[in-house]
Amino acid sequence: MIVTFLSGAIRLSATFLYGSTGEIITEKAGHLNLGIPGVMSVGAAAGCLSVYYLLKAKIYSSLLLILLPFLTTIVAGGLMGLLYSFLTVSLRANQNVTGLALTTLGVGLAGYLMNRVKAEIMIIGKASQFYSTLFSIDSDNWFVQIFLSHGILVYLAIIIAIVAQVILNRTRLGLHLRAVGESPATADAAGINVTGYKYVATIVGSAIAALGGLFTIMDYMGGNWEYILEGFGWLSIALVIFTLWRPALSIFGSIIFGGLYIAAGYINGITFAQIELIKLLPYAMTIVVLIATSILGSKKAQPPASLGLNYFREER
Amino acid sequence: MEYVNAIEMKNITKTFGSVIANNKVNLDIRKGEILSVLGENGCGKTTLMNMLAGIYYPDEGQIFVNGEEVTIRSPKDAFNLKIGMVHQHFKLVDVFTAAQNIALGVKDNGLYSIKKIATEVREMGSRYGFKINPNKLIHEMSVSEKQTVEIIKVLFRGANILILDEPTAVLTPQEIKTLFAVLREMKKDGKSIVIITHKLNEVMEISDRVAVLRKGEHIATVETSETNEKALADMMVGKKLNLNIDRKEPVNPKPRLIIEHMTVKNRDGINAVDDVSFTVNGGEILGIAGISGNGQKELLEGIAGLQKVESGDIIFHNPKKDKPVTFFHKTLRKIKKMAAEGCFHDPEGRKINFDGYKNKEIVRLVNEEKVLFYEDEIIDLRHRTPREIQELGIKLSFVPEDRLNMGLVGNMSIIDNMALRSYRKGKSIFVNKKRPKNLADKIIDELEVVTPSDMTPVRRLSGGNVQKVLVGREISSSPKVLMAAYPVRGLDINSSYLIYNLLNQQKEKNVAVIFVGEDLDVLLALSDRLVVLSGGKVAGVVDARKVTKEEVGLLMLSNAKAEEAEAVKAELKKEGTVVPVEENNSEEVIAEEKEDKE
Repeated sequence: MIVTFLSGAIRLSATFLYGSTGEIITEKAGHLNLGIPGVMSVGAAAGCLSVYYLLKAKIYSSLLLILLPFLTTIVAGGLMGLLYSFLTVSLRANQNVTGLALTTLGVGLAGYLMNRVKAEIMIIGKASQFYSTLFSIDSDNWFVQIFLSHGILVYLAIIIAIVAQVILNRTRLGLHLRAVGESPATADAAGINVTGYKYVATIVGSAIAALGGLFTIMDYMGGNWEYILEGFGWLSIALVIFTLWRPALSIFGSIIFGGLYIAAGYINGITFAQIELIKLLPYAMTIVVLIATSILGSKKAQPPASLGLNYFREER
Repeated sequence: MEYVNAIEMKNITKTFGSVIANNKVNLDIRKGEILSVLGENGCGKTTLMNMLAGIYYPDEGQIFVNGEEVTIRSPKDAFNLKIGMVHQHFKLVDVFTAAQNIALGVKDNGLYSIKKIATEVREMGSRYGFKINPNKLIHEMSVSEKQTVEIIKVLFRGANILILDEPTAVLTPQEIKTLFAVLREMKKDGKSIVIITHKLNEVMEISDRVAVLRKGEHIATVETSETNEKALADMMVGKKLNLNIDRKEPVNPKPRLIIEHMTVKNRDGINAVDDVSFTVNGGEILGIAGISGNGQKELLEGIAGLQKVESGDIIFHNPKKDKPVTFFHKTLRKIKKMAAEGCFHDPEGRKINFDGYKNKEIVRLVNEEKVLFYEDEIIDLRHRTPREIQELGIKLSFVPEDRLNMGLVGNMSIIDNMALRSYRKGKSIFVNKKRPKNLADKIIDELEVVTPSDMTPVRRLSGGNVQKVLVGREISSSPKVLMAAYPVRGLDINSSYLIYNLLNQQKEKNVAVIFVGEDLDVLLALSDRLVVLSGGKVAGVVDARKVTKEEVGLLMLSNAKAEEAEAVKAELKKEGTVVPVEENNSEEVIAEEKEDKE
């Protein structure tokens, strides 16, 4: 049972990992995108719809059925990010309000699109493309069961997180991005294109987060459209704080979150109320981390210094 | 002799809304010179230089670099033209190391390697005489170290023209010396250096030429060797102003606030205020001198109840507090007798003599608490919040250093800011807006606050006007103790003197004034007594009328780090002079000049 539990935890962790990696990249540029749940929903809907239209056009190529939803999700997520950055970077709208509006918009829009076409049945049929295991090793070995029994999107999430970690901490690009989020005036004075970095970080971050939505619907839910993405989106944002803005830590953090989320199913004889209580644990843990870092007061465990603040060069 | 101009600025105009920051300014910077740009606060020095650095874009005018007209739209453009600026507020990322900060925005084709950059930084340091540890985090650095990082950052990008905005404002005299030595090295290296400043002695010491700005206009550019401080001050200030501070002898000074063995820890758990004891008298101005960051802020905030006081006492003597007479303490006969001696008064302050009163009437008056006597109240302010202090009827006013964050709410109007002090008054659930409005209008009128209206958000006012609003509000409550931290920082001479006069008026009203300043000349001219802080400890309490600037300077450095003090002493022996601390600045020169004329 522990093997299935761990395997399930790792599988679900991909959702949170995509979301938090995307949000970390955005936040490192100083923008708090609370629109992640909306971005995930729209991304997932775009992916599902592309599968639907492919099938409608009677195209059954496995490659296309994975590649096209993948790309449409990225594009849809990127567009949501573009909208967010246009409002907050160029028009300097309040980031919190914009983010929340984006969540409301995204969740609603995705629901409308998915209900309009009633595409579920066709999609469920083809969702296995996503959750069929990447490595075709058939074994009862626990290691294979836990680590090698997942779909392609799970491994991609981990790769993206590691790449993000390396870029943020080991490259000039990452240095500049972090400078933009810490002190945009400094970055600006250093000749860094602050607006450009903010736009790119928000768009790339949203695109990555949107993949979390695609994964959730196509892999975790097996093609069933359900309104669970909003909650998963908030959990992803909580995970950013939980892992102190480090994508590499997010890999483990997301597994913990995933484990806690599904834990209720592995405990015998508990009520529905208690299940909901267990699902609250990730939030409680995030609060504990917040308290701990505040008490320790370490400069390294703090959010980017100008997170949530819009930058305007000529402001005096 | 022929000079080559590195930069020429022609007819530069820049406006912010309706305010003209620069009006048709012409300026040239030669190759291999140190040019001072001199002017009062708010005269447009920084704005002008920001246009070279690409922070602002001029509305009109042209800029030529090496004879070619250029457009500088961003800091990047400035770098490409080899112009670099060190801003007054350092533009550094706190959580990065020095090397990471220096690497920001640098373009090289090789692989990004912090190690390589660190080595290059060290090399550059040894070339010009900097001391720097490239792997130290910025937030662990002293101000001087941060400035060094800023300068290296600019040099690292190959800047040939280096602009420094008020580089000495935050440095100790020793650090200034080091900085000047470095600047001279760079000049030898063929770099052009521009220093924005308002300190005349530094202008004379370091620069080859001086450009003087006044109210956004370029007055003249002169060779330093052909001018003197007086002439420069004349150009800088323009019209003659009455700038003598009128200091009266304190009348009947009595202890008002007694600080005993007070210790306050700062955020890092270090004793920022360390076993400090002194007394503030009513009717005098007590100056607090010290290099900034030696516990001044924590001391005032500790007194005001804004910071936790670890140990010690803050004892407040409240003179003449009304207290009702009660039968609990005194018999009717005793009360009658004391009244005949003139011990009691009614709520309006008139003396009560019970001649011809019936006993019944006296009993009624006493029971209604209408017979009062004065008592000097002694209250320990430690462990009290600002609100408790206020509710105890202790009128303690505080003009904090950080005006727009601690003193006023930037986005609120002048009226609303006035209401911050009085919103708890009145019984209605709605805030009484009339009284704050009257007060705001009175302050605008009396202190000549330049503002479009009393509804203007305070944030939009200039520094001097913000300060007038804040000081006006704080003194409007007729305080018993007035604490002002750097009240004239960033203000021009006129506004500064207005503030000095206000402080003096308060002193004459028997208020105990605590004045934390950075300009020694002002401290010595304004205060009656001076408490010198060094390393959070009281280095000495001196009579401001008798002490010399050099003596205060020595006290300021007395508790500084051992090696620093040793260096000072060694220097003293060598040169046979006293330490130069914040030497004469414009105000003093002008004051002297006035005396000369008289």
